Amino acid sequence: MTTVSNLDAEGLRSVSLWHITWRRLFRRRSAIVGMVILGILTFIALTAPWLAPYDPYQVLIGVEPVQRREAPCIHLLGCPKEKPQHIMGIDGNVRDQFSRILYGARLSLMIGFATVTFAIVIGTVLGAIAGYFGGWLDNAIMRVMDVLLAFPALLLAIAIVTVLGPGLINALIAIGIVSIPAYARVVRASVLSVREMDYVAASRALGGSSFHILFRRILPNALTPLIVQGTLGIASAILDAAALSFLGLGAQPPTPEWGSMLGAERNQIFSAPHLVFFPGLAIMLTVLAFNLLGDGLRDALDPRLAHVSG
Amino acid sequence: MIWQYILRRLLAALPVLFGILLVTFALARLIPGDPCRAILGEKATQEVCDRFIEQHGLNRPIPVQFGIYLQEIARGDFGSSIRYGLPITRLLIERLPTTIELSLAALFVSILIGIPLGVLSAVKHNSWIDVLTMLWANIGVSMPVFWLGLILAYVFSLLLKDTPFWLPPSGRLSAGMISTPFYEVWGWSLPESGVLPGLARFLSNLYILNALLTRNWALLKDAIQHLILPAMALGTIPMALIARMTRSSMLEVLGQDYVRTARAKGLPYRVVVLKHAFRNALLPVSTVIGLSLGSLLGGAVLTETIFGFSGVGRTLYDAITARDYGIVQAFTVVIAIFFVIINLLVDISYAYLDPRIRLD
Repeated sequence: MTTVSNLDAEGLRSVSLWHITWRRLFRRRSAIVGMVILGILTFIALTAPWLAPYDPYQVLIGVEPVQRREAPCIHLLGCPKEKPQHIMGIDGNVRDQFSRILYGARLSLMIGFATVTFAIVIGTVLGAIAGYFGGWLDNAIMRVMDVLLAFPALLLAIAIVTVLGPGLINALIAIGIVSIPAYARVVRASVLSVREMDYVAASRALGGSSFHILFRRILPNALTPLIVQGTLGIASAILDAAALSFLGLGAQPPTPEWGSMLGAERNQIFSAPHLVFFPGLAIMLTVLAFNLLGDGLRDALDPRLAHVSG
Repeated sequence: MIWQYILRRLLAALPVLFGILLVTFALARLIPGDPCRAILGEKATQEVCDRFIEQHGLNRPIPVQFGIYLQEIARGDFGSSIRYGLPITRLLIERLPTTIELSLAALFVSILIGIPLGVLSAVKHNSWIDVLTMLWANIGVSMPVFWLGLILAYVFSLLLKDTPFWLPPSGRLSAGMISTPFYEVWGWSLPESGVLPGLARFLSNLYILNALLTRNWALLKDAIQHLILPAMALGTIPMALIARMTRSSMLEVLGQDYVRTARAKGLPYRVVVLKHAFRNALLPVSTVIGLSLGSLLGGAVLTETIFGFSGVGRTLYDAITARDYGIVQAFTVVIAIFFVIINLLVDISYAYLDPRIRLD
């Protein structure tokens, strides 16, 4: 123990994986951009009730002199002062679009995390069982995963929602189910790669139960690939959920969900482009942030790059 | 050797194919409510329903029903649609070509732009071209297809109106433009049903091919004009993926010894890049291309909805909103089978290009 603390004093203390990862992550411009966007989005999501100038559900007929689908009015850009300011314009039901977009951040982040958590939990259990026990169980589970992967993801999600019935929760379940195979494969591969290692055998020799070995000795190895896959998975989950809502299968009006806001006004693209432009931009920025962060994490967590930076 | 590999892959695809049929069969059974009225519509009378149930064996045990379903599909019989009053096979012959044409056009656009961009940003590593390309690639994979489609329509059909860059916002052909099938132009008379007439009808619905076959250049121009915006919308995600993959695989290859050798023996840089490095860098790119083709089929649902193409995706969407489960079931099966075939072809071409894979 003494030697170790001496080493510590000399600055040779071992650094944790998370410490290295953080350091490498902060050296990547794209990852920083991703984190900054996510930080802003999280802030917006948490403080939407205070940031939003209007109630996202409030119909402004009779409240203010505004027209249906009126273009944005920004005082700084020369919109007359006597008109009420609506920086993203008014939607088809005479509501303030900016407030709806702000509230939409809550929903989108919630959608992303909920679906991916659902998929990771089920995917991890299935992948761990398949990898650890092998044999016919492995075969059966992975063939089912192959079948799920044989459908284009969005299409399978559409088919599942058809059965469950439209709605935000059902759309989330559908997207969750569709993304299970990716996580099951990642976990299975990690389990297979360490199952036969000496330290696992040692743990078994010491009398560890299967449960203990699996969760304490084997699964921690799957953590880093899962984090990368999960971050990128949030991006595609948000995109797919927006697509389902756009088609009218996900979040239902009047919920301020970006995809469904865009879907409701898509025929107004030529007369009121702001109603299509802003929700789509919001979706894109959110997805972009998770993609950038996911790519950054993949590079930062890749041990092969350890000598390059770290 | 390659034949053995193909055979092995084909055998491995069989259980997946079986699984797809099982899943779509199960999905159809899970749809809440009475199967007869789900397929024939709410207004079907008891008498009609009894006959329908008898005919399709819906009163038999589930495994037997699955057997009947398999038999029907093997015969190419997907039942018929209540909404259109047509056999679903007929609808497929009419609408699948639209989607295939759109997907191929999108793939063409994405390869045509994605590969040169990727090569360029690898060769000019860390330059502003590289930075811009990667920025664009990151944005490209993050864009909702339906949003991009609408924005493109706004820019090209409204803002660029009265300029030579104007493009039509919807439909496959301009009003008044008719694509006369090549078999009619050639004076063939096709029987109502059969495999070969079906194939001819199928091919004639690929408007670009049909225009080429009938040498109708006005039609060709019109069809291409209508295809550009949807192809751009649908092709952006694969374009970004292809550019990214081309770049990283070019960077890897350019760092290898044989590239240095080629440079050392005095070959011009351009020749080394295009002849020595590019060919080897293409291998992983081909996988991305294959995988994209599959996701294009999913994205087609959105693109076709926006651009008013009556392809498989649009039909599927309409069928879902109208609860025409027969179409939902049949079209999902067909798209999934297509998906499996494409993945199979990608694997095989990959094995052909890289002999090491066959031995695995």
